[in-house]
Amino acid sequence: MNWQSMSDFWSMGGAAFFVWGSYGVTFALIALELVVVLRRRKQVVHRLQRLRQAMKASARRKESQE
Amino acid sequence: MKARQKRLILVVAGVALLGGAVALVLSAFQQNLVFFHTPTEVAEGKAPQGRTFRIGGMVEGGSIKRDADGITVRFAITDTARSIPVAYKGPLPDLFKEGKGAVVQGALGADGQFAATEVLAKHDENYMPPEAQDAIDKAHKTASTVSQ
Amino acid sequence: MESGQRFSLFRYAAPNVFYPLAGRLAPWFAAAAVAFALVGLYLGFFVAPTDAVQGEVYRVIFIHVPAAWMSMFIYLIMAFWSAIGVVFNTRLSAMMTQALAPTGAMFCFVALWTGALWGRPTWGAYWVWDARLTSQLLLLFLYFGFMALTRAIEDPRRADKAGAILALVGAVNVPVIYFSVKWWNTLHQGASVSLTKAPSMATTMLMAMLVMALASWAYTIAVVLWRVRSLILERERHTDWVGEVLEAKGAQA
Repeated sequence: MNWQSMSDFWSMGGAAFFVWGSYGVTFALIALELVVVLRRRKQVVHRLQRLRQAMKASARRKESQE
Repeated sequence: MKARQKRLILVVAGVALLGGAVALVLSAFQQNLVFFHTPTEVAEGKAPQGRTFRIGGMVEGGSIKRDADGITVRFAITDTARSIPVAYKGPLPDLFKEGKGAVVQGALGADGQFAATEVLAKHDENYMPPEAQDAIDKAHKTASTVSQ
Repeated sequence: MESGQRFSLFRYAAPNVFYPLAGRLAPWFAAAAVAFALVGLYLGFFVAPTDAVQGEVYRVIFIHVPAAWMSMFIYLIMAFWSAIGVVFNTRLSAMMTQALAPTGAMFCFVALWTGALWGRPTWGAYWVWDARLTSQLLLLFLYFGFMALTRAIEDPRRADKAGAILALVGAVNVPVIYFSVKWWNTLHQGASVSLTKAPSMATTMLMAMLVMALASWAYTIAVVLWRVRSLILERERHTDWVGEVLEAKGAQA
């Protein structure tokens, strides 16, 4: 085992800023990317569904006019 | 089918041509892509004149000395063939040690002394626990005493 | 006979076949990424020993090297899909290229960021203009350039063409990055792991790094499959099968 205690682990032999700065930013970016990708998917599905409904509605209107 | 083969040839030829062009450009600018010069190059006068440049090599064993002012550090940087004396005022990186790699930036004085304005430590690509390092050091020592 | 062969080869290149396949596969790769990352982090922090020269700060390597590898691989894969797209005119290949780019840019930035944080305590500088660091920075700009270019052009077919050319041209930079530490004097150290020599790392350190590399592979596949699904829906929105997908989604909600 490399660490005597929790605080020993967090201090990373004095390199806490560099080690945790690396890991922290990396995982924050990964989380951000996942949020962006999953939200984009929701938006796309939502927008295309509305587009489809609008097209259907206009087609129906045309039919009733004829 | 014909058109597809044509496009394939175009892509391959395009990438090959571009690769060749880049290779030519890189070899033409070889000098500028070099981050540092070796002490041998400097001693043979191949280092750039009249502007600051970097020397890379090993910090010679037993060469690190501090001046009485407590700020100026003097050491020699070597590639085992030639060695250049360096003077430097400022903070040194943690990994700066005798027998380890370093890159110094500055200018060569008329007296052959290199006045450094920046010192960087260069480490190698070997990673191992301290016990393994100790074992290697010991093995080196026994090997050198045996050969003597 | 030839058409039969082509059918099997290009079957999965059809967006309507690939879309549900991607949806089924992505969660598995995401789960694998989480599992590999947990194992890799455990190995990296609790099993791998302290480094003799650098102390604890070397533990940055467990994300720095996998991220740098990924950033180079992803660009090569983009170039591969671009070549396929230009030669065979497949619709899916350009979508794949565009789905890969943001993740490649993310890994490229992570490699630069972690490299800076690693360089300060070891070399004594966050940044130097040596060949390795400069060519990696160029890769980040190539990613940004690709994303800007494909988004700036309205007509998707022209955007695909322009993106493919940039991906193919930029791929020349990847071997330059990889071999820069051999070709020129650089401050950056050489490769610890390569095909031509035994790895120069203690076994447990190497294992941690390789497991983290597997995690980044799995993560990349999962997130790119999710992203390409959105791209497929947008690009194929006028087709019947997308209509059916949307209907099914609407019925669920």
